[in-house]
Amino acid sequence: MTIREHGSQPVRIEQDVVLARQLTRKLASDCGMRLVDLTKLVTAVSELARNTVVYGGGGDMDWEVIEEAGRTGVRLVFRDEGPGIADIKLALTDGWTSGSGLGLGLTGARRLVDEFELDTAPGRGTRVMITRWI
Amino acid sequence: MAALQSSTLEAIVGNQAQLQRSWLEALEAKGAARNIREQDLRQETRDFLQLVIDGLGRESSTHIGAEGWEETRRFLEKLSASRAQVGQESHQTAFFIFALKGPLFDLLQAHYREQPALLAEQLWEISSLFDAFGLHTIRTYQKNREAVIKRQQEELLELSTPVVKLWEGVLALPLIGTLDSQRSQTVMESLLQRIVDTGSEIAIIDITGVPTVDTLVAQHLLKTVTAIRLMGADCIISGVRPQIAQTIVHLGLDLGTLTTKSNLADALKLALSRLGTTAGERV
Ligand SMILES: Nc1ncnc2c1ncn2[C@@H]1O[C@H](COP(=O)(O)OP(=O)(O)OP(=O)(O)O)[C@@H](O)[C@H]1O
Ligand SMILES: [Mg+2]
Repeated sequence: MTIREHGSQPVRIEQDVVLARQLTRKLASDCGMRLVDLTKLVTAVSELARNTVVYGGGGDMDWEVIEEAGRTGVRLVFRDEGPGIADIKLALTDGWTSGSGLGLGLTGARRLVDEFELDTAPGRGTRVMITRWI
Repeated sequence: MAALQSSTLEAIVGNQAQLQRSWLEALEAKGAARNIREQDLRQETRDFLQLVIDGLGRESSTHIGAEGWEETRRFLEKLSASRAQVGQESHQTAFFIFALKGPLFDLLQAHYREQPALLAEQLWEISSLFDAFGLHTIRTYQKNREAVIKRQQEELLELSTPVVKLWEGVLALPLIGTLDSQRSQTVMESLLQRIVDTGSEIAIIDITGVPTVDTLVAQHLLKTVTAIRLMGADCIISGVRPQIAQTIVHLGLDLGTLTTKSNLADALKLALSRLGTTAGERV
């Protein structure tokens, strides 16, 4: 796998969620991603970035444009040093929320991308990596 | 540190008219007089010079936060505000003050020709005083600009939620841009209010201009629709483009309770048929 481009940007406040979406939209369209796939990826980013702000107490989004076996992809990592998630299975249940959401952000994001990795533990923060191939 | 000498003040008072003239020339030469009426400029330069003279007579400190400079500070604040209104930038307002430095330095140079040490000291004093004046205008200017920007943002918030009457009994709300929590709240409130005011039976919320429909946007839409129904009216969501529809399905959102259409025209047609009218009947 080769990394063609990479960077990082803060995800601390509500406006950063908008900026995260905008950057993702640009990365994906620069790689020639189809509109449907692009919309899915941007929506997943919106969910994860908002979780980072709302539950993670703010964090960062690392982004990469990668190449592997002749295909191009956009990979994003959301990381925070918040409380982490105690029950991963529960958090990945459709409709479960500890707040006042719909409880569809994590599961929905997982369905909207090609690869999804959740790494979290109480007191260790949360890290979610997603990839969408073109 | 040495203070301003009374002799310096006397020199300024004695040459007040000349100072004002040279100052105006300097402003003219640098193009800083543009967009400002000559008579206003004359008045402003005269007033400011007088304020400085009064201030120097009252206040030995060249620290402009001191009480003796209060009137001068207020003058500068007003000046800043009026300059911001005619579209001048902060450095132009500051330049208005700095342009008086040249004529003042010339005056002091002549006045203290025989006393170079004193000249240097007095130049330093006057210079720091005027720098402080200039900075004060910039600070005030920035505060004014920030106030203007904040007001514009608030106006935009309202502007971007125009509820339009499409037909007798049919309202439309074209949403454009990002729906953050604050905007969603404003949008919902103004739509509900308009439904009451116009006695409309059907509201169409058009999301063609919303780039991303995520769980938060969906939640706001669902809440709005529920509130509209509680008021006895009906709601149609239009502008659900193919990519948005597919994304909604994958997200797992259940919008089955909502009536949706891909475009505004179809939504209007549906609204009219529900009202028992067809387009063209009531123009
Ligand atoms: N970064 C995070 N740090 C800590 N807890 C998190 C984080 N992300 C998600 N969670 C937990 O997982 C739960 C489920 O998240 P999910 O995004 O699926 O739903 P939600 O945010 O509650 O509602 P929504 O449907 O609006 O996204 C959250 O309620 C929260 O308790
Ligand atoms: Mg969420």
